Amino acid sequence: MPDAQPTTEIPPSEAPNGGIAGGAPIVRHVPVERVPAARTRFERVPLERAPAEGQARRELRAQIARLERELADTFVSAFPRAQLDVSVPATGGPRLLSLGELESLRDALASRLTRARRELSRRGEEEERNRILLERMLLEPGRYKFVRIPCADLGEGGCGEWHVRPRFGLIGMLAGWWQVKLSSGCPLAGGLSAAGSPGH
Amino acid sequence: MTGAGPESAGDGEPAPELGWVSPEVQEEFPELRLHSVALRARPGPAPRPIRERLRELSNRFHGAQAVTLRRDPIPSAYRIFFRHIGLDPDATRTPAEAAALDRLLHGGFRSRNLLDDALLLALLDTGIPMWALDADTLDGPLGIRLSRRGEALGRFPEAPRLPGGRLVVCDDGGPVAILFGELAPRHGVSPQTTSMRLFSVQVAGVPSIHIEEALWTCSTLLDPGPEAASRW
Repeated sequence: MPDAQPTTEIPPSEAPNGGIAGGAPIVRHVPVERVPAARTRFERVPLERAPAEGQARRELRAQIARLERELADTFVSAFPRAQLDVSVPATGGPRLLSLGELESLRDALASRLTRARRELSRRGEEEERNRILLERMLLEPGRYKFVRIPCADLGEGGCGEWHVRPRFGLIGMLAGWWQVKLSSGCPLAGGLSAAGSPGH
Repeated sequence: MTGAGPESAGDGEPAPELGWVSPEVQEEFPELRLHSVALRARPGPAPRPIRERLRELSNRFHGAQAVTLRRDPIPSAYRIFFRHIGLDPDATRTPAEAAALDRLLHGGFRSRNLLDDALLLALLDTGIPMWALDADTLDGPLGIRLSRRGEALGRFPEAPRLPGGRLVVCDDGGPVAILFGELAPRHGVSPQTTSMRLFSVQVAGVPSIHIEEALWTCSTLLDPGPEAASRW
């Protein structure tokens, strides 16, 4: 599975001081007499960013959006397996992120996506191995005595497990009669008493 | 202070209004919009049809939907916007995901009161989050801008101070809510409220028709009019 390789595609000729990270944003104060009437409401003169920075910010936001969508897809693909860590923590309240913060966020998302995909891939391979083992257990249970495979390790939901057990207990064990059983799953919330209660 | 009085489109339905967005915020998020609608409505207990509607929705909403919610177009658009404004959507949940989580934790969508239930129903129907303010505490149209350092969130003595650069929902008198966050103290709807202003935030990837639908849904639930019975 390919790793996320984000790039910031800014023509060097448009970047201030020859680069994005190294270039300080160009801040230009608009003279008071030129402030349009509509802007007097905000009492704050907007910063006019260099065109290259604006383009870089748009590009970074697009990359963040793509990475967030891919991270969501990866999270959903992992269901119903045990939880996959797709968290990318953030601090502070809602604000306009600086160019550096946008880059850090993009890198953190890309890194998390890479790790999540790798983990998902590892789990997928493990589940594939377990499925093959289950096939073999079903074909020749006598060769896999007392082997257990939880359904969760096959990428399935629920708490059941496949278990190679002797038929008729001790007799089957001595006679070599083995079988594969699928356990009934999660214990009842109310314990054994719940099974006998009305409504069950 | 003068309240933004309820207006009507002429056919009895409240008219939605487009709020302002400061130039610096608009430059960063060209598709960001604030929509609001004023209506004469009082808070109160939720009537039975609304409670039943919530119960029906609870039965139709399951864990698998909660998991895949983040891939749906509108919740996904809000997740992405949360990332863009420096919020972690897995910590500060988007409203749709918060409602889904609440449904899973409590076994159903809980009915609280008329206003909260109307906002929740509109959210579940459309995926669009909405908030309500007491219209009588507002001064002029609503908009979105950045806060100034030390600015108060609200105009009452207990108003907390804001750090500079926070995205806030404002009227002419100052911030009345943090964007996707808490409302200013005493600007929210209270038992004394006689008119409300509902507002919603449209982000990139969210069609306007969904916003209108959400506002309409919520408005009709709060102020159903004489034909309420036929609507339900």
